[in-house]
Amino acid sequence: MSAPLFLFYVFAALAVVSALGMVLNVRNTVAAAMSLVVTMVSLAGIYVLLAAYLVAAIQIMVYGGAIVVLFLFVVMLLNLHSDEFLPARQRWLKFAGALLGVFLLVEGLRVLGGFHEPPPLPEGFGGYRQLGLSLYTDYLLIVEVISLLLTAAIVGALILAKREID
Amino acid sequence: MVPIDHVIGLSALLFVIGLVGVMTRRNLIVMLMSIELMLNAVNLAFVGFNRLWPQGPSGVGEASLDGQIFVLTVISVAAAEVAVGLGIVISMFRNRDSVNIDDVSLLRW
Repeated sequence: MSAPLFLFYVFAALAVVSALGMVLNVRNTVAAAMSLVVTMVSLAGIYVLLAAYLVAAIQIMVYGGAIVVLFLFVVMLLNLHSDEFLPARQRWLKFAGALLGVFLLVEGLRVLGGFHEPPPLPEGFGGYRQLGLSLYTDYLLIVEVISLLLTAAIVGALILAKREID
Repeated sequence: MVPIDHVIGLSALLFVIGLVGVMTRRNLIVMLMSIELMLNAVNLAFVGFNRLWPQGPSGVGEASLDGQIFVLTVISVAAAEVAVGLGIVISMFRNRDSVNIDDVSLLRW
């Protein structure tokens, strides 16, 4: 087994175990958020193995840094260190969730073994230079739309979290 | 060389874990985290397919980074979604003193 393949399985196992730890942790919300960090960082490792270097860096910065810190901030602000609620009244909802999960999992696992070997890549694939050139020439409209979306999100979050709107 | 079918399998697995989390948990913050997990699973599929077909489905021409551009877009949308979602969580906690979604079932049938 080559080194990248071994690393891929290590990161994949880490991601799955910590994702399960996040969903199944019913006692400690802070620990669930920390499990989410482990998942994000392992996914960044897999991105590096798939030649998506800039995306891996942004994954660590935005997900591992900003988003999970925001979650932790809100959990600690609301003082939710240990809470889990009674099971849902709608038992069928849980059943439907599990059923849909198994169905999607079977569908996903059907693709196993169906793809050819990934082709060799040109020099600089996935680096900041090529991605930046692509982002600011062919996909400039997406950048502009995202800037508008982020502005709207900032205003929306401020309005929602404000104590009262006068 | 990483086999892409295993990457897609991992992506499906993570998506299912996130989906079960959204469907079964009652804590609104954990539900938002599960949604983040599902978005990450989709990102992983995008990166994997971009590695498998760098020239797009036609297989000719020079390598492009369309899949990774999609991933950057999804990350931005996820950041916006978390900002608004946590604003809703704080507003709900202020009004109901709880983050249990069973306490805000006014619009449910």
